[in-house]
Amino acid sequence: MGALGYSSGQIWLIIVLLALGTFALRFSFLAILGDRALPQFLLRLLRYTPVAVIPGMVAPLVLWPAATGGEPDPLRLSAAAAALFVGVASRNVIWAILAGAIVLVGGIWLTGQL
Amino acid sequence: MTQITPTTAFLQGLRRSLPFILVVVPFATLFGVVATEAGLDLIQTMGFTALVIAGAAQFASLQMMQDQAPILMVLLAGLAVNMRMAMYSASLVPYLGKAPLWQRALAAYILFDQSYAVSLDRFEKEPELSIPARIAFFFGVAIPISILWCGTTAVGALVGSAIPSSMGLDFALPITFIALIGPMLKSIPHVAAAIVSVVGALVLGWMPSGIGLLVAASLAMLTGALVEDWSSRWVR
Repeated sequence: MGALGYSSGQIWLIIVLLALGTFALRFSFLAILGDRALPQFLLRLLRYTPVAVIPGMVAPLVLWPAATGGEPDPLRLSAAAAALFVGVASRNVIWAILAGAIVLVGGIWLTGQL
Repeated sequence: MTQITPTTAFLQGLRRSLPFILVVVPFATLFGVVATEAGLDLIQTMGFTALVIAGAAQFASLQMMQDQAPILMVLLAGLAVNMRMAMYSASLVPYLGKAPLWQRALAAYILFDQSYAVSLDRFEKEPELSIPARIAFFFGVAIPISILWCGTTAVGALVGSAIPSSMGLDFALPITFIALIGPMLKSIPHVAAAIVSVVGALVLGWMPSGIGLLVAASLAMLTGALVEDWSSRWVR
């Protein structure tokens, strides 16, 4: 994996803006005194942001991984399935990562690519 | 019941933070490894992790950077993942809203999933807790996790270059994301939102610069909220 296609200044710009934006989100309501509540529907929308953003981001990476030149790869598909299954079943992020990693690294080793 | 002192509350928070070592250490190490593999140097990786302190968002924007997305899209991806923090902020107002501004600002800086969940749980169960005790408890949970987060990112960044790239590190990010999502699929609205997100992103993948993902994510959020609305009426 090579260097990212951004200058050092651009990388710092991303880091600083992301930090400021994240802080703004975290401080937003705590900065305002009193208990002014958000509209119910907006709170509901916000609740689904992680589950709305991450699956869409990850789906193309799983189906067309860059490492195989965008060709679907049975090994990476299996690793993804293992991570999803263990994540849903155990409700534990670390077990899920481990399951995916074991299938992937084990598969790479078994197919003699290592 | 006698009021507990802030010191006691801080120590109680500290104790409640201990189980999270098991989650934070591997996760932060992985960020250090993946960030340096992607081409960030040690200082950039540490700046990233110490200033943003939000695992999933760090991974999300790093992924967009690897896709050479425009800077605006990198930021939108990270911030979209962090939108839930605004919800956390809103729900803590009844408990911390009357603390001094600097304390609220500092608490906001280290407001993440674990510190939020543990603190809210305590605040709800013990409404008689004083505001200084609440703030001290929150910091007791959040400060050690934050320090550990930064420290183990550094470890990952330092050992990362020693891992051969044939080990499948290219796929560490996708696996991490899937692992994050699995435990979140705890209700029908969550599953519906995830499905709309995946289908939408694949169907709209032709749109330039990650716009397809934004559209898909918006539709998915709406789906989650609407399905929740419908299912709660169904139950009634």
